[in-house]
Amino acid sequence: MTNNIYQFFFIYLYSIITLFLLSVIGDFVSISIFLSKNIFIYKNIFLYCFLYAVCFFAIRIIITNQISNIFIFIISLALSYFFLINKEINAYQLLIIISVFIAFNLLLQKYFTAKNFSNFLFEVSFLKFLKTNSLIFFSFIIIFPFYLMFVSSLKSQMVLLQNPTDLSIPFFYSISDFFSSYIAVITQYNFLNFALNSTIVSFVTVFVSLFFSIPGAYAVARLRFAGRSKISSSILIIYMVPAIVLVIPLYVIFSQLGFRNSLFSLMIVYPATTIPVALYMLQGYFKGIPYELEESALIDGCSRIGVILRITLPLSVPAILSVSLYVFMIAWNEFLFAFMFLDNQEYFTIPRGLYTQLDDQEVPRQYLMAGSVMITVPVLLLFFIFERYLVGGLTAGSVKG
Amino acid sequence: MFNLNKEAKLAYTMLIPTISIVFLIILFPIFGNFWLSFKEVKLGDLRAPQPIIKEKLKTKDIEPGDDILIEYRFKNSSQKKPIFNIEITDKISEFVSPVEISEGCSVNNNLLSCYFEEWKPKYNEKIIFKFKANDNFEIDNFNPKESKPRGVADADNILTNLKFSLKNFQKILQKNETIENIKVTFLYSFFATIGALFLGISAALLLEKNFLGKGFFRGLFLFPFVSPVIAVAFTWVYILDPFKGFLNNYLLNNEFISEPIFFLGLKKVDFLGFDFPFTLFIVILFESWRYFPLAFLFILARLQAIPKDLYEASDIDGATRIQQFFYITLPQLLGVISLLFILRFIWNFNKFEDIFLLTGGNAGTRTLTVQVYDEAFALSNMGTASSVAVLIFILLAIFVFIHQKIAPKDIEE
Repeated sequence: MTNNIYQFFFIYLYSIITLFLLSVIGDFVSISIFLSKNIFIYKNIFLYCFLYAVCFFAIRIIITNQISNIFIFIISLALSYFFLINKEINAYQLLIIISVFIAFNLLLQKYFTAKNFSNFLFEVSFLKFLKTNSLIFFSFIIIFPFYLMFVSSLKSQMVLLQNPTDLSIPFFYSISDFFSSYIAVITQYNFLNFALNSTIVSFVTVFVSLFFSIPGAYAVARLRFAGRSKISSSILIIYMVPAIVLVIPLYVIFSQLGFRNSLFSLMIVYPATTIPVALYMLQGYFKGIPYELEESALIDGCSRIGVILRITLPLSVPAILSVSLYVFMIAWNEFLFAFMFLDNQEYFTIPRGLYTQLDDQEVPRQYLMAGSVMITVPVLLLFFIFERYLVGGLTAGSVKG
Repeated sequence: MFNLNKEAKLAYTMLIPTISIVFLIILFPIFGNFWLSFKEVKLGDLRAPQPIIKEKLKTKDIEPGDDILIEYRFKNSSQKKPIFNIEITDKISEFVSPVEISEGCSVNNNLLSCYFEEWKPKYNEKIIFKFKANDNFEIDNFNPKESKPRGVADADNILTNLKFSLKNFQKILQKNETIENIKVTFLYSFFATIGALFLGISAALLLEKNFLGKGFFRGLFLFPFVSPVIAVAFTWVYILDPFKGFLNNYLLNNEFISEPIFFLGLKKVDFLGFDFPFTLFIVILFESWRYFPLAFLFILARLQAIPKDLYEASDIDGATRIQQFFYITLPQLLGVISLLFILRFIWNFNKFEDIFLLTGGNAGTRTLTVQVYDEAFALSNMGTASSVAVLIFILLAIFVFIHQKIAPKDIEE
């Protein structure tokens, strides 16, 4: 008896959570395609799920084979018509609704299969439930902000103000309307100049920090010298130094020396903050290269520099790639130093430019979103191309975030 | 086998560039920060007082043999501080020769040089010098403004002098705000760390087994971490906006709420009789969202390194999946979780941009790092700003010390 009560309770709980997640997603899909009002009446979900759980439970007890699923599905659809669905819907939205309910039923049947239903396996069903819903939930909370960023950047000011919940991609716009925010950001707000500055600073940072960290990492990884362990442990400590502690004195010093308001100031500070990370990641990789390779070259009369250039570096291309990518991302995304150091518009990097030029109540939000898309896309593209290397590199040495 | 001494020498040569840049840009500024925190430096003091010299030609229509009057204006740029040992030099046209030169000045080889012992604060004086046009004078080639007068002087630079005081620390510790900010910083760092770890562990457990599309999800889960903070922060600010934002409008449309919620502007909400810091909570959620990928990556890497026979053995003993998680997986992950906890805690403690971009430190979310910025640029007080930074640094040093004690010695895998 208690088992049955538990069972009923879990069907109820699972169905509420699953249906809620799915209906929100279905709703979002529907508004992104048809621009229309929501298709679900959320406040009835509890009632609906209660009735659903009753039917599910009853049918499963009466019919113990696979046919029960079909009955449950039909009943769930019928119930939804009375309680859950907004009546003013069109045929396409009906398709979405049906697919939501198919997914809903499939998932619940996955948690409580007809085979194990009578001897209720709490744990198995619970883990399945948790896994599926978490996967949906994680994907949703990650994709949604990026999607909204992208969609808002395509809208006109009027549409955004009239209907802020509109998630549709305006395919019916002409090309110039479609990209109008991007064009405005580029032409009115000097965005290309910011992008150029960001690119220059990021590439210089990558080259400088590689130039410094490769020999340093090799020395720490391979060469024997007094103080080696001290250096390798202090690298870790150095990248726990907060940027905010550095920024005030650096602001003062750079103001006195007269190069605060310039790209040059960023080109010194960024590498200095990324070198410890780069060095740490690289030395971890260098240590993993079989020493016998280098040893045999040394015995054959190759010099240390020769060994580094001919053996170590060619073997560590993946690590160097991942370090470069990581350093590039840090420099490209960096906000604090750019924000503090740069005053002149001509030197602004993208984050700095976005903050000053576009984060203003008077600037239409779609411009801000267009700017955000333009700063995010290059990073995500690079990330997708080199993802495998980056993931390996990030976990090879613990890495700052 | 190899010459150790030579090897050590090579190692030092390879490390010197790195060490020196780290020294210059990281260690020296830390020292500078301590130095500044004992000085009452305002933003305006960053420009050292200096002499300002301007010259002006007073005579018009000059013929050879005429007297030429040139007015020099000497000024001390500072309103508050005197300057000393002022030396001024100016090049003079070769077509003129000096007639009447004020005291302290002399002309040598067409070079006017003056020396003054001290200019008081607000010193501002006009002095007229008299020259005579030579016989070979040509009006077209005569332009006194051609060469700019230069002046150098010693001034008592507040940044470099040796006067120290504890007033900055007194000031910030007397502010009620500071204690409140320390509390907020701890709450924020602790719960954002817990949140990121919790999401990270969940996400890692989801992707533990191989399945179709695993690579896609792994890439997707890293998005919040690799995207620029400014873009994601602005997007969330936009989503959470009380009037134009998506979330409020969506909730309103579906009658979940009857009036907009100020997600980023509600300091306290009454929750079961106690004040719940609502905006801080939202910021913590954002922070957990943004940084869970890092925890996820590390925990996933560790998960996949757990020997499979542990699970097989427990299967034979009849352990359930949940028991396996608590008795095998979690103990195996404990090392990496504690390491991540302390690292993430420290990095959250140091975070400035995220809160600054989301709320600007308003609505009960002012952490110490935001306070540093506010002291320095909103209140224009570099001294108190660096003393807050020193406070952060000391607290951090304690954490790092704990980290060094707790962390397993060999974490370099």
